[in-house]
Amino acid sequence: MNYLFRGKWSPYLAGALAGLLAVASVVVTTKVLSKPMYLGASTSFVRAAGLIEQKVAKKHVKNNKYFQSKKVKVDWQMMFVAGILAGALFSSLAGRSFKLELVPEIWRERFGKSPVKRAVGAFFGGVILLFGVRMAGGCPSGHGLSGMMQLSVSGVVAMVAFMVGGIVTAKIFYRRSW
Amino acid sequence: MELILGAATGVIFGFLLQKAEVLRFEKQVGFLLLRDVTILKFMLSAILVGAIGIYACHDLGLIELKIKVTTLAPLVTGGVLFGVGWAIAGYCPGTSLGAIGEGRIHAIWVVLGMLTGAALYAEVYPHLSRKFMKLYDYGKITVPDITGLNHWIVIAILGGIILFMFFLFERK
Repeated sequence: MNYLFRGKWSPYLAGALAGLLAVASVVVTTKVLSKPMYLGASTSFVRAAGLIEQKVAKKHVKNNKYFQSKKVKVDWQMMFVAGILAGALFSSLAGRSFKLELVPEIWRERFGKSPVKRAVGAFFGGVILLFGVRMAGGCPSGHGLSGMMQLSVSGVVAMVAFMVGGIVTAKIFYRRSW
Repeated sequence: MELILGAATGVIFGFLLQKAEVLRFEKQVGFLLLRDVTILKFMLSAILVGAIGIYACHDLGLIELKIKVTTLAPLVTGGVLFGVGWAIAGYCPGTSLGAIGEGRIHAIWVVLGMLTGAALYAEVYPHLSRKFMKLYDYGKITVPDITGLNHWIVIAILGGIILFMFFLFERK
């Protein structure tokens, strides 16, 4: 029980347990829902965007080919993504590592302490990454974890592309002087 | 039931991500700056345990695989684009929500950006060239398929590589 409240676990242990969770999820959902649910996150943002857009432009969402293909509704994965927030909140409060933060350290070293600057970067980073991830058909959860544990070629290729894009960008973006 | 299972799985996953500290901007960007390998330790452990579990259950006839298509043109283009956004935002779709959970308020901007990016993709999607989205399409293939090796041999090789990497991480 004490372990539950410890601030930090070995990433090897937490990762291995996440692997077990992924397998358990597929087995349980196959039994209970008759369809295997592999971990993934990014499609939920499409469905959530559709649900929000529906409020103002119902017809537009209904006629959009991409929304049609993803079915705009609250489903297993959207609850999974929402659950991540709750689980992290519980864990950080229990382990006393919850910390309010407006500008992360590496960002501050390069771009200063302005929360507005960080907000702009975070927002446009989010736009670019989700656009890319939908074109690629999955994120580090769907392609990276679920894809690679099934030994799929797409998972391996996606992870290499993610890392190449990410490492090159990070090296340029966070360089101290241009 | 579907929704309850999803939420329960997410809560446990979020708990594990938080305990491993992989939700942090410093760990994600730190990895992309090649300063920190916490994310690799977490992901590779999950992949190795997951691969053994998934293929054991599959061999027993308990579950079906769900392989995504390998279409190189959109996969590589979108993948690199994701990497660009990942480095700037500092979070991926799953970890952004968890980061908000542990108090990193600025991840809210990432989530708003992702919702905008999703809406943008839905608008652009009908105009994307069909030809490009089907360029270099190899279908739903796995590493055992293309190498002709039994999946357990592939897992053994993968396990060897992963354990060797762990050895290197811990040696310094």
